[in-house]
Amino acid sequence: MQVYKAPIKDYQFLIKDFLNSGSLDSVFENSDLNIDDLSMILEEAAKLCEETLLPINQIGDMEGCSFNQGNVKTPKGFKEAYKKFVENGWQGLTVSKKYGGQQLPYFVNMFLDEMISSSNMSFGLYPGLTSNAIDAIEKSASEEIKNLYLPKLSTGEWSGTMNLTEPQCGTDLGLSKTIAHPQKDGSYKISGTKIFITCGEHDMSENIIHLVLAKTPNAPEGIKGISLFIVPKIIPNSDGSLGKKNSLECGSIEKKMGINASPTCVMHYNEARGWLVGDLHKGMKAMFVMMNGARLMVGVQGLGIAEIAYQSSLHYANERLQGRALNGSKHLDKVADPIIVHPEIRKNLLKVKTLTEGLRGLMVWTGLQVDIANLEKDKFKKQRAEDWVALMTPILKSFSTDVGCEAANIGVQIYGGHGYIKDHGMEQLLRDSRIAPIYEGTNGIQALDLVGRKMPMHTGRLLKSFFHEVKDYLEKNSFNYNLKEYIPHLTKSFGRLQQVTTFLASKGLSNPDEAAGASVDYLKMFSLVAIGYIWTRYAEISYNKLNDDPENFYKAKIASGNYYMTKILPETGSLMASILSGAKYYNDYENKYFDLAFKI
Amino acid sequence: MKILVAVKRVIDYNVQIRVKADGSGVETENVKMSMNPPDENAVEEALRVKESGKANEVVIVSIGEEKSKETIRTALAMGADRGIFVKSNSNIEPICVAKALKKIVDTEKPDLVFMGKQAIDDDCNQTGQMLSALLGWSQGTFASKIELNENEISITREIDEGLEMLKLKLPSIITCDLRLNEPRYASLPNIMKAKKKPIQDLNIEDLEVDTAPRINFLKVEEPPKREKGIMVNSIEELVSKLKNEAKVI
Repeated sequence: MQVYKAPIKDYQFLIKDFLNSGSLDSVFENSDLNIDDLSMILEEAAKLCEETLLPINQIGDMEGCSFNQGNVKTPKGFKEAYKKFVENGWQGLTVSKKYGGQQLPYFVNMFLDEMISSSNMSFGLYPGLTSNAIDAIEKSASEEIKNLYLPKLSTGEWSGTMNLTEPQCGTDLGLSKTIAHPQKDGSYKISGTKIFITCGEHDMSENIIHLVLAKTPNAPEGIKGISLFIVPKIIPNSDGSLGKKNSLECGSIEKKMGINASPTCVMHYNEARGWLVGDLHKGMKAMFVMMNGARLMVGVQGLGIAEIAYQSSLHYANERLQGRALNGSKHLDKVADPIIVHPEIRKNLLKVKTLTEGLRGLMVWTGLQVDIANLEKDKFKKQRAEDWVALMTPILKSFSTDVGCEAANIGVQIYGGHGYIKDHGMEQLLRDSRIAPIYEGTNGIQALDLVGRKMPMHTGRLLKSFFHEVKDYLEKNSFNYNLKEYIPHLTKSFGRLQQVTTFLASKGLSNPDEAAGASVDYLKMFSLVAIGYIWTRYAEISYNKLNDDPENFYKAKIASGNYYMTKILPETGSLMASILSGAKYYNDYENKYFDLAFKI
Repeated sequence: MKILVAVKRVIDYNVQIRVKADGSGVETENVKMSMNPPDENAVEEALRVKESGKANEVVIVSIGEEKSKETIRTALAMGADRGIFVKSNSNIEPICVAKALKKIVDTEKPDLVFMGKQAIDDDCNQTGQMLSALLGWSQGTFASKIELNENEISITREIDEGLEMLKLKLPSIITCDLRLNEPRYASLPNIMKAKKKPIQDLNIEDLEVDTAPRINFLKVEEPPKREKGIMVNSIEELVSKLKNEAKVI
């Protein structure tokens, strides 16, 4: 049974105790918002997620979207839910006031997105893609385009999409064949086929605004020739009213493993009218401005799935009566003990809980850095925040989505046979979660981004934003008696990370293959240490709150952290051993060995 | 037309109620509090009347401790125009609430007063009726449907025999049933706007209402735990047990 209540108390802890230790004030300085208002906003959003989006999650999966002659019908209840969502103004949360939004801090949107992803990941893609489109338009398009499109996108009356992939080009966008012919009136005629277009066609909004990557004739080869175009399904008149239908259509929708309530479309553009967004041949730049935000948001999806998987697993572990506790029965009044008494179940629950809560802190801390980078006047502080975000983006995208899958997998396991059958919705979570490590740049690509780009960037300046912070923290707290069960573990794992970083930095120069081969393990190691640092900070905060802790919230935080530091963080040891053993045994492995066992 | 809506801050309906160890009441510290559910229906209905153009102002009033202001703020975020907060640190009985509301009505002069049919904490179901008597206004309780015309209001109310339809002359007190409507969520833009809407601060003493309790409160305790059941072998045994042990027949 999919069980979910928004973890509002954890959000409040993060806002009031954790983020508040950073520069939260500077983010609120220019807005009429204060910290207390956030609770009300998040509680209202939670109601919508729990009462409207969660009940249609399984329906959406079972019914899926249907395709008929270019039209896509969304599952039962989705249109109504979308109407409620946009009427309540959630699409405009971070959009600037100038275009009808509320201009709230970016990190607040992370809480909202997490709640949506927990209660209905498929649903979340519709407003999610619109947010991406808004982001790309707001940052790169001309005033004219912004004024025409943003007001309708920020209310959700119109929705948005991103068109990158083509049949022959996925990760390598330079291979794009979609062509944009310039017209005398300054517009372009776009022709080509795009695939895997999330929410490319549906029946929830009156217009769909496609952002399409294409090449103009005679553009430079490869990704340097790519430009970004805005191509509306229905061409708006200059007053924003709907005009003529554009010549584009949805050719079909994919049958997929999960996120079945979100249509994944093949889009045909047949001399469709489009307008340039940003500069000619600078499409990749415009796209990447948006993509970094999109990657963090995919990370949030992983977090969201992990949370609902955890809550659903916990519910079942307390309810399912099987066998007796090994150290003597705990519930003699019942026919058997609930399975939560069994060590393996407890460890699995704690694994998911501590990874999720730790990641959530790292996620919103990074979200806060996005806000600081946007608002900060001090050049040094701004750069430090930007460096942190650039460094953490591949880490959060990858590790969070891996944790999402792991949590959903554990969820199925805790339910046993009842997880494998469809009734309880646990296998849906596993199927839905599986896309997140793939889209917005596979997790393998993220690891390459970390090791190949972020690590050497500005001669290691990005790494310093993390390494110096942790180093300073450890020095400051080495004699903090409260943290005696935390600091030694963090110090050990942090040392391992430093050692491996030096090893990879030197290897990367001489043998890039070696650094690439170790990148996924390295990213995981980095994630574990970063989360260990977050848990140590949670513990530091919590120890100071123990004398005013009626609900044992802080006591529980410390106990959860103890589990993480002793059971999860030590995985850095095996990862280090694997990385330091080098690339020899996979790089030198003969290709012909791979199929010897079955080749005839 | 002006509508006054009375709302109460209560323990959220999802919360499992715990009795305080000393029997002095139920635990409210660190417990999630929300607007009394049928009061939400009252706010919703008032907003619908306003949106239909038949009313031009919806005023929210709440009596209670400082945090009741948050409940008013919630109603403002749903779309109400302004609030009146009457501070009272002690728990006051329905008759005192009704008298305090009467004072508010005397100054505000609304045409209609809406409120929930009862609060889910004490389930008194008295305030609306008492206020009607104090004001000498008509009352329509447990309303599950409302139709407002020029100088009268038609309501459908649920009674034991079925549905009863009444026509009331204005001004009137209406207490609302959960079936009346589906309360809206507060929208994000309205939450932001609500921050700027005025809430007038009053003290219960300012209203010169006698808040002395009329009811002698002894103690609060949990209902006895249900004991394990037994299987009976025959109808005769069952009847005998009901007669002799349970003494219910």
